[in-house]
Amino acid sequence: MTDTRNAEAAPMLTVPLYRLAHSRTGDKGNRSNLSVIAWHPALWDVLVQQVTEEVVARHFAARQPSRVARYLLPQLHAMNLVLDDVLDGGVNDALNLDSHGKTLSYWLLSLPVQVPAALADYLAGPTP
Amino acid sequence: MSQHIPHLRIGCAAGFSGDRTDAAAPVVQALIASGQPAVLIFETLAERTLALAQLARRTQPDAGYEPLLVDLLQPVLADCLAHGVRIVSNFGAANPADASRRIHQLAAALGLRAPRIAVVQGDDLSGPHHRALLERALGPAMPTEPIVSANAYIGAQAIADALRAGAEIVVCGRVADPSLVLGPAMAHYGWAADDWDRLARATMAGHLLECGAQVTGGYFADPGYKDVPGLTTLGYPIAEIDPDGHCTITKPAGTGGCINERTVKEQLLYELHDPAAYLTPDVVADITTAQVLPVGPDAVRLEGVRGHPQPPTLKVNVCFESGWFAEGEISYAGPRAEARARLAGQVLRERLQGLGPVRVDLIGVTSVLGDDASTWLDAPAAGLDEARDVRLRVALQHRDHASAQRLVREVTALYTCGPAGGGGVRTAMRPRLGTVSCLVPRSAVVTGYQMWNEGGMQ
Repeated sequence: MTDTRNAEAAPMLTVPLYRLAHSRTGDKGNRSNLSVIAWHPALWDVLVQQVTEEVVARHFAARQPSRVARYLLPQLHAMNLVLDDVLDGGVNDALNLDSHGKTLSYWLLSLPVQVPAALADYLAGPTP
Repeated sequence: MSQHIPHLRIGCAAGFSGDRTDAAAPVVQALIASGQPAVLIFETLAERTLALAQLARRTQPDAGYEPLLVDLLQPVLADCLAHGVRIVSNFGAANPADASRRIHQLAAALGLRAPRIAVVQGDDLSGPHHRALLERALGPAMPTEPIVSANAYIGAQAIADALRAGAEIVVCGRVADPSLVLGPAMAHYGWAADDWDRLARATMAGHLLECGAQVTGGYFADPGYKDVPGLTTLGYPIAEIDPDGHCTITKPAGTGGCINERTVKEQLLYELHDPAAYLTPDVVADITTAQVLPVGPDAVRLEGVRGHPQPPTLKVNVCFESGWFAEGEISYAGPRAEARARLAGQVLRERLQGLGPVRVDLIGVTSVLGDDASTWLDAPAAGLDEARDVRLRVALQHRDHASAQRLVREVTALYTCGPAGGGGVRTAMRPRLGTVSCLVPRSAVVTGYQMWNEGGMQ
């Protein structure tokens, strides 16, 4: 956890997404879907602001998604990210050991996120 | 008057072909103990399971159904028949008729009476008389290679009809996974075929159940973040479905795992795309107003799902022979393990030039996160060569068996021709199956059921 406070802004922490949310990957054909589910409702707004289609597309640049669509489910404090054409053709065509792309959720969870320090108590996992 | 109908409970004891075969017994015991009307489902078909089943049937005509059929049913068949727990499954795969014959034999071998078995039909479009339909639907995507399987994802109606006609076991091939739950719910509550909200709610109950333990703490544990008790003895899920289709997910007492808001939300969104339009053959489900509510220890209720009219088309998956898949692995350990593994990968790429793309992975450095072009590996972060135990893995596919086999031979030759200290070569060759999908008009797929008896279909 990095403390990046400065004079003007409210104190912010930089933490990996897994401190804010959990995730599971599913696949259909050459398309992957990743859920992002807030550990706590207080963290939802941060997820909406920062886990955007553009940020996710950049984070998955090595998979060259042709499109990233984000669907928000605010009543569940969850979002669904749909990444097109990231599975090298899908389960029957990819050469990847993980042809389903099931491991991708934990790559997403490594995404760095800025969190107001005031929300630190809601973050999951051990605080250093 | 539907409030006076006892609620239906549906347990799921398999989420894929190859799931734990000791899952069903505790589920059946819990269903019986509830004293309520109950159904047990096994979901055993994934996107290519059917193609593999068709291949199995080529070499053995009475095969082509779930290979673990007997292992799944033997522990629970007697109790289900004795206590009226009906069984609904897609374990018929490519050969529901012979699966039914095998169940009949199993019942006899166990000293049980003959169960009333229904076989659901209509999903298999692999026959020559369906060729024109597939050609129209696929257009230029129609495979030129031999077709192995073609199956429509059919819906719940035939299952519901079979249960209403008294079937104790309903054997299906490719029905949509949630239809295994919706069918029994339709039969039990007598919902109208256009009661979209109720159909959608029971469909999402099916969606929560269809991957077995994935809603009860399986595929969830992450030590320190998501701790799950008793992964070795996971309880499989049971949905209590009310007359409006809302459901409560529980699991058998005394089993491992857990059910909470988090496990249910992960499974609710699993393999979903637009949450406002989850397409099934039966209904379009909309979870944008869904609520996931803890209602007790290991008990979570799903409410607020809405439904929209079913799509006018059915999805069809077509699998075709697409050549051969070859892969090989070799390990390097100790100082400069990564550098030696990279060198071996380079040698293989040069030796296999002209065969098409060769995927190169360094297990222990990067293996699954990059794409098939291995670009991650080609642009390593500066200063990294710290891996001390690296397994090189290469893979390619080729139409031609002998060409694919060259990869196997070249990996093996690394023993004497590759970098120093390589060991533990393993190689594999598998026939490759390609898949294309299309939509066909609902009217082109005639579904129904037939009761099975010892002489075959009635």
